[in-house]
Amino acid sequence: MSDPKTEWPLWEVFIRGQHGMSHRHVGSLHAADEAMAIKNARDVYTRRNEGVSIWVVEARHIAASSPSDKGPLYEPANSKVYRHPTFFDIPDDVGAM
Amino acid sequence: MDAALFEFLLRQGDNTLVLGHRVSEWCGVAPVLEEDIALANTALDLVGQTQMWLDYAAEVEGAGQSADDLAYRRDVWDFRSLLLLEQPNGDFGQTLMRQFLFDAFNVLNLRALEQSKDQRIAGIAAKAVKEALYHLDRSRETVVALGDGTAESNARMQAALNLLWPYVGEMFIADPVDLDLAQKGIAADPSTLRAAWDATLRPALTDAMLNIPEDDFAHKGGKTGARHSEHLGHMLAVMQSLPRAYPDARW
Repeated sequence: MSDPKTEWPLWEVFIRGQHGMSHRHVGSLHAADEAMAIKNARDVYTRRNEGVSIWVVEARHIAASSPSDKGPLYEPANSKVYRHPTFFDIPDDVGAM
Repeated sequence: MDAALFEFLLRQGDNTLVLGHRVSEWCGVAPVLEEDIALANTALDLVGQTQMWLDYAAEVEGAGQSADDLAYRRDVWDFRSLLLLEQPNGDFGQTLMRQFLFDAFNVLNLRALEQSKDQRIAGIAAKAVKEALYHLDRSRETVVALGDGTAESNARMQAALNLLWPYVGEMFIADPVDLDLAQKGIAADPSTLRAAWDATLRPALTDAMLNIPEDDFAHKGGKTGARHSEHLGHMLAVMQSLPRAYPDARW
């Protein structure tokens, strides 16, 4: 097992698959700096022509919600059915929304 | 058959085949997962370039052989690859140093071949140069990072450079085949690429805190097939083992 202090930092990788779509989180990898992280992302996550744009961000810079806050964060929305726009008929021609 | 053209195409294809196989030897054992995948990608790019060169070589030869036959059924003395490329991988730094020395040459050579009067060669070069530019970007950065890294990584990169330097000169030796094709506008005279190669190498090696050896002695005999090092035979024994044991195997 290698010493964790000498490991490269962890980076989260976001790939935009086509023009007009948003970047999506595809996974993570290790790299010494951001330039290397983009190169590694290119090699690890775009081998099959998946991407037109790559974002990387060091994982420690991502602030995340805590699973134990699930109740207060999300349950109040459950009972507010009127917030969901499910009462409209969407013409077929519009496609996926 | 155009013997000079056939010879030239073998040299192109054998260079990428031998280096591609060497790089593929890292698959599953590279120092970190990300480098493992990157090296496998590089190996696949090189083998893909081999396919294009040897397909064309087989057509020019017109003897009913395929690219696979050329790759898997020739012996050491038939190979026309540079001595640099058959050298064993050594450690990770040595592999990337070899890659950098060749990538810098490959990019310049492919750039020149894009202008070839032979449209097939120009097309292969135009496709391959995009891959080669990425390989060069990657190998240059890794050489700089390891050279300008710790005392140990610097010492290892300097040792790799010293070890591989005597194989640099062969890339730029022009023989009658090269001069014939250069005169016809089909390929570059490799001796004309040396100055631009030096201009790529020197700043990167300076950034990498490495000293370029002063001795310009050059081993030769790889690209003419006259004298390969002992390593190529061992490599081919592994690379060709399956088609040698099962000559008509399909997968």
